[in-house]
Amino acid sequence: MVEWTDFERATIQNIFSKLDYESVGHNALGRCLVVYPWTQRYFGKFGNLYNAAAIMGNPMVAAHGAVVLHGLDRAVKNMDDIKATYAELSVLHSEKLHVDPDNFRLLADCLTIVVAAKLGASFTADVQAAFQKFLAVVASALRRQYH
Amino acid sequence: MSLTVHDISVVKALWAKIGSRADEIGAEALGRMLTVYPQSKTYFSHWADLSPGSAPVKKHGKVIMAAVSDAVAHIDDLPTALSHLSELHANKLRVDPANFKILAHNIIVTVGMLFPADFTPEVHVSLDKFLQNLAWCLAERYR
Repeated sequence: MVEWTDFERATIQNIFSKLDYESVGHNALGRCLVVYPWTQRYFGKFGNLYNAAAIMGNPMVAAHGAVVLHGLDRAVKNMDDIKATYAELSVLHSEKLHVDPDNFRLLADCLTIVVAAKLGASFTADVQAAFQKFLAVVASALRRQYH
Repeated sequence: MSLTVHDISVVKALWAKIGSRADEIGAEALGRMLTVYPQSKTYFSHWADLSPGSAPVKKHGKVIMAAVSDAVAHIDDLPTALSHLSELHANKLRVDPANFKILAHNIIVTVGMLFPADFTPEVHVSLDKFLQNLAWCLAERYR
């Protein structure tokens, strides 16, 4: 059972209430595909991922980025039981999508950077710690059903 | 993942823009690392104050970033440029090299935070590769 301080709970709700899920999702997923090109292996059907401009301009990347952020929203709304909330998604990522769980960390890092760039100075060290803890809990829940 | 000619020119161009704030970036990145990855504090148990913005953190952030800036200036031959620092980290400091990745991540978060318009995905990938190469050279003398 994950223990959240009041500060951590408030920080997570606060950050996500400020995010445009479509834009942030697009930027985070796009950045991940550019910075860690091996992650493109999961998006063979997305068409042109040939260079950074193509990736960032690709409408399927944008749409899927939004899907990911809306998926994260489920954890934001169920912080006290992220494990159960993500049980099905974990099975999906393992059994159907066959995603190496290390990728969750790569995407989480890109999301952290996109949020840092958006929030600027208000993204303090303590806020970053809370945000990264949240993403680590999500990644752990997504990894749970792998065998 | 070696640095291409393109990576080198991107990193140099980035440093031309951000190099003047190296002290600030260093202090910020170090402070974040100590807060977000508390296990890194084990290397600084001799400091009175480990909080972000404290005097020892600012001072040491400056030292670290000066070394990174120097590495940018010698980006064409990182192994030679970092040889002395590698000896230091291997024989005296004995920092687990896993921490180089952690600090690199926090440098990247700081750069993204302070220079959002300049830190495009293309710049990000080149900086990430540069810091990875730097870490590799720093660990060179470990064994």
